Amino acid sequence: MKKGPLNGVKVIECCNFVAGPYCTKLFADLGAEVIKVENPKGDDARSRGPFLGDKPDPELSGLFLYLNTNKLGVTLDLNSLKGRDIFKKLIVDADILVEDKMPGQMEKLGLDYKVLCEQNPSLIMASITPFGQYGPYCNYKSYYLNTYHVSGAGYILPAASPNSDREPIKGGGYVGETDVGICASVSIMGAFYWRNIGGTGQYIDISKQEAEMALERVNIARYYELGKSPTRYEINRVRDTLVRCRDGGYIIVVLHPEKQWNGLVEALGNPEWINDERFKTQEAREANFDDLRTYLRQETLKYDTMNLFHKVQANGTACAPICSAEQVFKSPQTKARGFFVEIEHPVAGKLMYPGLPYKFSKTSPSHNRGANLLGQHNEEVYGNRLGYSKEELVKLREAGII
Amino acid sequence: MNKNALEGVKIADFSWVWAGPLATLLLSFLGAEVIKIESRKRVDQIRYSSITTGDSYNDYDASPIFNNANLNKKSVSLDLKKSKGVELAKRIVAESDVVLENMRPGVMDRLGLSYNDLVKVKPDIIMLSSSGFGATGPYSKYAGYAPIFASFGGLAYLTGYEDGEPNTMSGVIDMRVGTITAFVLLTALIHKQKTGEGQYIDLSSSECMSAQVGSELMEYTMNRRSPHRCGNQDSIMAPHNCYRCKGEDKWISIAVATEEEWKALCKAMGNPEWTKERAFSDGYSRWNNRAKLDKLISEWTMKYTHYDIMTMLQDVGVAATPSLSAEEILSDPHVNARGLVTEVEHPVMGKKKVISPPWKLSETPANIWKASPVLGENNKEIFGSLLGMSEKEIEKLVDEGVIY
Repeated sequence: MKKGPLNGVKVIECCNFVAGPYCTKLFADLGAEVIKVENPKGDDARSRGPFLGDKPDPELSGLFLYLNTNKLGVTLDLNSLKGRDIFKKLIVDADILVEDKMPGQMEKLGLDYKVLCEQNPSLIMASITPFGQYGPYCNYKSYYLNTYHVSGAGYILPAASPNSDREPIKGGGYVGETDVGICASVSIMGAFYWRNIGGTGQYIDISKQEAEMALERVNIARYYELGKSPTRYEINRVRDTLVRCRDGGYIIVVLHPEKQWNGLVEALGNPEWINDERFKTQEAREANFDDLRTYLRQETLKYDTMNLFHKVQANGTACAPICSAEQVFKSPQTKARGFFVEIEHPVAGKLMYPGLPYKFSKTSPSHNRGANLLGQHNEEVYGNRLGYSKEELVKLREAGII
Repeated sequence: MNKNALEGVKIADFSWVWAGPLATLLLSFLGAEVIKIESRKRVDQIRYSSITTGDSYNDYDASPIFNNANLNKKSVSLDLKKSKGVELAKRIVAESDVVLENMRPGVMDRLGLSYNDLVKVKPDIIMLSSSGFGATGPYSKYAGYAPIFASFGGLAYLTGYEDGEPNTMSGVIDMRVGTITAFVLLTALIHKQKTGEGQYIDLSSSECMSAQVGSELMEYTMNRRSPHRCGNQDSIMAPHNCYRCKGEDKWISIAVATEEEWKALCKAMGNPEWTKERAFSDGYSRWNNRAKLDKLISEWTMKYTHYDIMTMLQDVGVAATPSLSAEEILSDPHVNARGLVTEVEHPVMGKKKVISPPWKLSETPANIWKASPVLGENNKEIFGSLLGMSEKEIEKLVDEGVIY
């Protein structure tokens, strides 16, 4: 059995919903041992769809199943003194703690970095919050919609809108939240690397807003370069455009730089209209973009989506069909690369999950475990590792602590 | 102890545009030494134009967009079409821990810089190839840019109005791939710390986007349904949208998850009669009647500025934030209190504002210590000090157009 590059790294996750859990999923899927600490009611993701067979069971949520693969799960009520004692014991031999309580909450519980450091001086602790640990908005409430918009990522969507009559929107699914998880993972791995070369533990303050703004850096930079904010109706005109095909599918074609344009018109059989003065140069195409788009859209209606995709790519020019979940799953490319992997779960059974988007030549893990059931590993973690007896575990359960 | 998390890590960076350079930018923030291997023969396109903004620059060293992507880095200029250029690149690799490239699939092989070539000069090298569709499979040779990854990976289909077209987003997709790349490289470095073993990593940018919307893809693998785009809507929360405010193109995002938050919102709006209608009496009803609900809330929000509404609603525990433009972000008091912008001195452009690292680390603060390099800025240092070549040798290679 092949192990991942993070084999041996011990992580405690005390997070809810998407951002924090996705961060530690990245670690768990590469071999780290992640113990997910849920309050006895369970992670909110458990009450979100899609549900397998449309059964709203907390163990059948696709959102939870996806975000928590390869983790061990324990339940713990941190509002109880005993619960906090147990938490401190868990921290003793952890390398990394990732938590997402609002600023000040961990301190109130007596579980802030200072206290936990006494338990484990080499601990790396990362806190993920909407606005970070300090600053005027640090206690503001923000759900995933709010976070996406307050970082400037929504204001420019949908790109190529005809005007500003309709509202700006968020990115699809929970993409803004997975962005945060990935951003946090980079700093945590950096801190871990440093500890291994003789450094100490440390504390990391992650602001979701900052994580998302870091991704929108070009649009932000554009303001101070040009004195104008990018908007959803005046940006990115000739870079790429969406066209429709005969069978109703969409294709995105890229029109910049020149090489892209040349390959595209070659693939379309050099239709006569491309010789029009309005479309001769990049500048002219920019100036006459609306006309250009009309011509292009008429032209592409002569082809079926996949046919046009292959034709344009055969000319060395970037383009792609807009794929639905079904099309992603059924794509020959995805299949050939084995991107979807089968994972077995005690309640959900065998299902196909999106796997790793990167292949390591030597350390791609060969085995996956399904997401943890609520409190599934209480006995293993509290009993076998922390040394609580069976009787004590029963009492702790009766008291609602685990 | 030094305060650079990645002290001693050296990266030979063959990547260009954004997806690759952002990865090494993030690693440089953490203290890695990044040597950008480029050439006047094949100039990084964001040195002379910006795909995202459509701007073009007259000088290879005057692009603010390139500057933002390549802070802290060193630059050597080598003509990789010449065998001597390739030899020198290999000597840099022999001194490095990591090689990153995002050229079209097959280009590194043709240049004689494939993993198999490089592992001969540095047996424990970590090499990552970042491509649109991955290094294997029937589409492996296909070309990709940011919008392609979003489209093929399933994210574009899910982004847009319910009744509108799909959306591929902008350069942000490259930044997503770059951030994931930085994470993956760090895990390989950690593996090498432990075992001494390097390796090759094949990263598919489209798959990176698929992984970010994994639970949406699972709706298909679980229930054989493909979820559709839905604007700002949530599967159960309502209100959950952006509402027009006073001013030109100003919007507030409001999201309500609990009964308590709903009551607080009603109170802030002055408890208008309509809030007592049956149609809005519980979460399920509000979601079912969300179009009507959104219209009614907009009538209230239009009377105020987005910042006023944020304050009013946050004061009573309702999640509300403006949909900020770039200009508003740069003048926002919270953003400024945390220091989003750093100023650097660029040798050609002078003082330039750039975006700060997105993490606050207590012991090894992420750092920006210099502007992006001008093309070939570090030729003398790298070929002289690192590779131990004499000034004469270097001059000769410049004359031959190898260092170019």
